[in-house]
Amino acid sequence: MPASTLARRVDASASSAVLRDRGETSVLAMRPHPLTLQLTVFERKEKRVDSAHPVHADKQQQPWRPAPVRDDPLWLRVALIGAAFATVGGLILVPVIYVFVQALQAGLTTYWQNLWGDEDTRHAIWLTMSVAPLSVLCNTLFGIAAAWTIARFRFPGRAVLTTLLDVPFAVSSVVAGLMFVLLFGMQGYLGPMLRAWGIQVIFAWPGLVLATTFVTLPFVVRELIPLLQAIGSEEELAAVSLGANPWQLFWRVTLPNIKWGLIYGIIQCQARAIGEFGAVYVVSGHIAGQTDTMPLRVEKLFQEYNNPGSFAVASLLTIMALVMLIAKLCLERILAA
Amino acid sequence: MGTAARQRNPLPGFGLGLGITVTYLSLLLILPLGACLLRASSLTPSAFWAAVWTERAQAAYRLTFGTSAIAAAVNVLLGLLVAWVLVRYRFPGRAVLDALVDLPFALPTAVAGLVYSGLLVPSGWYGQWLSPLGVPGAYTRFAIVVVLVFVGFPFVVRTVQPVLETLERDMEEAAELLGASRWQTFARVVLPSLFSSLITGFSLAFARGLGEYGSVVFVSGNMPFKTEIAPVLIVSRLEEFAYAEATAIALVLVAGSVLALAAVNWLERRSQRYAG
Repeated sequence: MPASTLARRVDASASSAVLRDRGETSVLAMRPHPLTLQLTVFERKEKRVDSAHPVHADKQQQPWRPAPVRDDPLWLRVALIGAAFATVGGLILVPVIYVFVQALQAGLTTYWQNLWGDEDTRHAIWLTMSVAPLSVLCNTLFGIAAAWTIARFRFPGRAVLTTLLDVPFAVSSVVAGLMFVLLFGMQGYLGPMLRAWGIQVIFAWPGLVLATTFVTLPFVVRELIPLLQAIGSEEELAAVSLGANPWQLFWRVTLPNIKWGLIYGIIQCQARAIGEFGAVYVVSGHIAGQTDTMPLRVEKLFQEYNNPGSFAVASLLTIMALVMLIAKLCLERILAA
Repeated sequence: MGTAARQRNPLPGFGLGLGITVTYLSLLLILPLGACLLRASSLTPSAFWAAVWTERAQAAYRLTFGTSAIAAAVNVLLGLLVAWVLVRYRFPGRAVLDALVDLPFALPTAVAGLVYSGLLVPSGWYGQWLSPLGVPGAYTRFAIVVVLVFVGFPFVVRTVQPVLETLERDMEEAAELLGASRWQTFARVVLPSLFSSLITGFSLAFARGLGEYGSVVFVSGNMPFKTEIAPVLIVSRLEEFAYAEATAIALVLVAGSVLALAAVNWLERRSQRYAG
């Protein structure tokens, strides 16, 4: 099923750093130590010094290596490293700098005025800060339950469930929003019924939560399944045989084992939830002051030719993204240790 | 079924976990997907065809698939370069470079769109250099490709990087000992080993590009027949309350990406068979 493989790979790529690190700790026996593989430029230079002084080589007890691959010539290394910096700099770093330059162009007071002086923008910030965590909470609780079920038990339909988890990765976010409009909109299948009960989903915050939850559904569970499988169930079986009840088993054994991976998944989920645009755009009806989230507010201000306001909101989103990125890096350090 | 699982597995929580999983997925996935298919099936085949194969829709498909493919191809080249540099060389600033690669995953796509629309207009930081060269800036197909390259950038790097890290150097050493030049070693030994991960990265970036909406609406100008991508067309159909037509176009988009991924999967499996 291509959809499932796609999503599995999205997951693998998104969390590849963590998986790599985990692979080194848990499957150490199966893989050669990365040092023996990465004959890097500097290491090779050091090694040449060592071979010139056999005493040093003995002291450091470096593993024996076959004749080293020739270094790439200096000009090539410099050219490639320069090209990589130019690529990442031009594609990623300059845009980030540009956001802040544009946002702060008219000075800090104007910037502050653009953020807090505008009532609709304030509401958008508040809405994003409540919708995104709510979606993440739902997906976290679901992620723990689903990962436990799928990683620890074998049952008919397990493969189907695993495939279904990947569907949100394969569906365009606009299509995701469309599905909820078809279901809960006024012309939808359940919309008129819910409306009769006084519940409005589309063009209201429940729709925002549903759409955001759908789009970010796989992040936590996809992080936890490989983690639980890598850890294995020995400790949990021991706890059960020693008489732990399910509550104790979860809080004392399973959760401490998965906590960093769980936080890692939550961070990715949160980053995506804050920035979600397509699905939310479709279900929100973009009513200023009511259903405009921060990314939608960025778009609306842009359409109104209010560039300073638009960039002010964008800068806040960028700060959130950078915080999330730094938190992720710190976690990768922890997971690697 | 539950009891059978329990007999082999003394761990608790199977019933509760399965119950939560199935309920949650039914409400959030099965029900909306079902509504989507049901709505599309309310159209007669001829009405379905009329909805998905208008001139405007065809132009949108061509643009969506074309720009996504070009952006993914550019990403394969740039991603291979960055992954190679990150894995094979040590230099000051490497950690920063590595960290920045992930930023497009974290940065909201609306921000990316906003920024690139500002950078690419003729007076912008990039536009002022591009327009004298005759390269069209914002509100063109070129701009769509640029933001799709940004959005899909981490995929190729992050799929190639781990493969490159675990690549055995024996083969390269053997090639060098047999007298191959550095370039020959790279083209004949390294590149074939990376082929399947490059294809994977391409397909991920491509699929991401097909569905991308948030960043493209800012930079494309959304002119029908010219710079209107398929997701934008879906939204404009929705705003006309033409739900069935919007659903039909959405199904074509989903089917297209699934087909493309199936083809890529098949290619990849074939390449693995010959490699193994």
